[in-house]
Amino acid sequence: MPAVVTTRRRRLSGLLVLAVLLLCAVAASIALGSRALSLATVYDALVCPGGLPLSCPATDTAGQIVRELRLPRTGLALLTGLALGMAGALIQGYTRNPLADAGLLGINAGAAFLATLSISLFAFTAPTQYIWFAFAGALLAGLIVFGVSALGGGKASPLSLVLAGAALTAFLQAMTNIVVLQDNTALDAYRFWVVGDVAGHDSSTLGQILPFLLAGAVLALIAAPGLNLLSLGDDVAQGLGVNLTRSRLIGLAAVVLLAGAATAAVGPIAFLGLIVPHLARALTGPDYRWLLPYSGLLGAIVLLVADTAGRLIARPGELQAGFTLAALGAPFFILLVRRRKLVTL
Amino acid sequence: MRAVRPPLRAGRFSAVLRIRPLLIVIGLAAVLFGLFALDIAVGEVRIPLGRVLDVLGGGGTRAQRFVIMDSRLPRALTAVVVGAALGLAGAVTQSILHNPLASPDLLGVTTGASVGAVAVMVGTGGVATGAAALGVSAAALAGGLLTAVLIYLLAWGRTATGDTGVMGFRLVLIGIGVNAALLSVVSWQLSRATLTDAAHAQQWLTGSLNAADRSTLIPAAAGLGVALLVTAGSARTLAALRFGADTTRVLGVRIQTQQAILLAAAVGCAALATAAVGPLSFVGLAAPQIARRLLRTPGEPVVASALIGAIAVVGADLLARTVFPVALPVGVVTAAVGGPFLLYLLVRANRKATL
Repeated sequence: MPAVVTTRRRRLSGLLVLAVLLLCAVAASIALGSRALSLATVYDALVCPGGLPLSCPATDTAGQIVRELRLPRTGLALLTGLALGMAGALIQGYTRNPLADAGLLGINAGAAFLATLSISLFAFTAPTQYIWFAFAGALLAGLIVFGVSALGGGKASPLSLVLAGAALTAFLQAMTNIVVLQDNTALDAYRFWVVGDVAGHDSSTLGQILPFLLAGAVLALIAAPGLNLLSLGDDVAQGLGVNLTRSRLIGLAAVVLLAGAATAAVGPIAFLGLIVPHLARALTGPDYRWLLPYSGLLGAIVLLVADTAGRLIARPGELQAGFTLAALGAPFFILLVRRRKLVTL
Repeated sequence: MRAVRPPLRAGRFSAVLRIRPLLIVIGLAAVLFGLFALDIAVGEVRIPLGRVLDVLGGGGTRAQRFVIMDSRLPRALTAVVVGAALGLAGAVTQSILHNPLASPDLLGVTTGASVGAVAVMVGTGGVATGAAALGVSAAALAGGLLTAVLIYLLAWGRTATGDTGVMGFRLVLIGIGVNAALLSVVSWQLSRATLTDAAHAQQWLTGSLNAADRSTLIPAAAGLGVALLVTAGSARTLAALRFGADTTRVLGVRIQTQQAILLAAAVGCAALATAAVGPLSFVGLAAPQIARRLLRTPGEPVVASALIGAIAVVGADLLARTVFPVALPVGVVTAAVGGPFLLYLLVRANRKATL
């Protein structure tokens, strides 16, 4: 079986290349920013001359920028990118829909609605407080949109799923509007959250979402072999011994954990979960055991690059990552629609 | 199959008189007028319905005339005009693009108008009243038209039949993608504004009649008027376009130009309506579909769609101000009713496809 061996070797070396690229993206995200710092300064801020890494006294501005702003920001972009990339691959796998994405399907809007509601009702300020509400919202929206598109028994066409997502998003948006119109504090929190920005969070946010992301990633990897069988069609998968309900429940849980936690932390970042699985599929082919880790790594790279680019383009200001990604993602989405022969409604 | 009715003739004009659609349209107009009068009657001070009709007919005391004609009438008229504009725009776009989903709100046209309007609101720090309303209208019109042109060009290409042209579902999907991108532009604008400006813009973005007065009414009414004239002038073209590009070419209509003019009128009137009250979702999508089912016509009937759009917005405004403990903006009601309506249409379509 030499072909299998070479494919595996190619995929492994691809993973290695992505890991190296990710390291470069992380380095760039730490080194570059709206305030230009020399590489030597950045290095000094990370590894003090003669001291342990990250143990320097926090006196100099450059050191503070690097350690207290750029490091947590880079970590957050890394984790949320990883999560959104994997969630995108899972959603596309379970719906067998090339246009599926947590943002387009209303899952982000669900997280936003309940998070905003809880901020307004209980005066929450930190993500740990409203993250459970964001999860509940994401779960609810996920159940509704998949339920609606699956009603009638047929597999949902790409158009009907995206439409169900658009309808649900508009509905949840209206509900969110009721909340923010009554409450200026909630509006102020909401308008900065809804752009999708990895900046402005301290390192505690990272710790708060980490357990959820880990659980989601583990579930995603557990789901991978089942997804491979599901892509052959429900009947075939069932014939091969897949428990459809259990498999879908695991998948939905993984998506909600990954997309819900990432969205609760940094706000809705549209298009990332849409683009990344397509890039990954071009590299690995359809095997989800490879597709999921590839999508995760690519998601982290793309989000880091988008965030860093947003800092460089608009100097001395910044463009939020959610905005930069929409500017990149929309043309990609349009290319996808134009190239593929999609099933019509 | 019903027997074909003999056409009525008057010189070179001829028309087929259909009783049922005509009766329904008259009924719709009556319902609209009733809701319109109710919408004027309801407010901080409730005015008896009889007196409202009296004042509208030219009677009433000076004080009553002031309250009704100067304060409540512009608001209610704005609701009628905006609803009619959205219903008409939806009917025209859905007919021409042969897709029940191709309405201005789903295609991102209203979001494009929002980008323009919010830019003015945040830039000038003004609300949509007085002179600023004109700037908001102009910016919304520009944003809406630009978005429409962009989406149309992006959806242009080889169709399933091998022709070049615009495919309905490709247009809808591209519209949804562009809409998502434009929404992120709007949230970016909001994040850069002061909280006061953001609150004003958010109020507008929700779709509200609270700021409606003569200055918001006039541009929207002008847009509706122009669109009505254009649509009436190309009624035959519109009817022919419903059969598809090939048939239309055979029928000898200069299809590209006529199509472009009709679409521009529809998009322009939707953008001006949006400028007046903010983006109201689903009215343009749902009204023509309801009209089609009600009249049992093959295409989307324009006049009935406009009437149903107006009924929907006036009705939503009435609901928003009476049923809930706090007065809600009208856009919340249209989205809260329209979202589930679209989901219901989808479930039905899925059911049909599998049967």
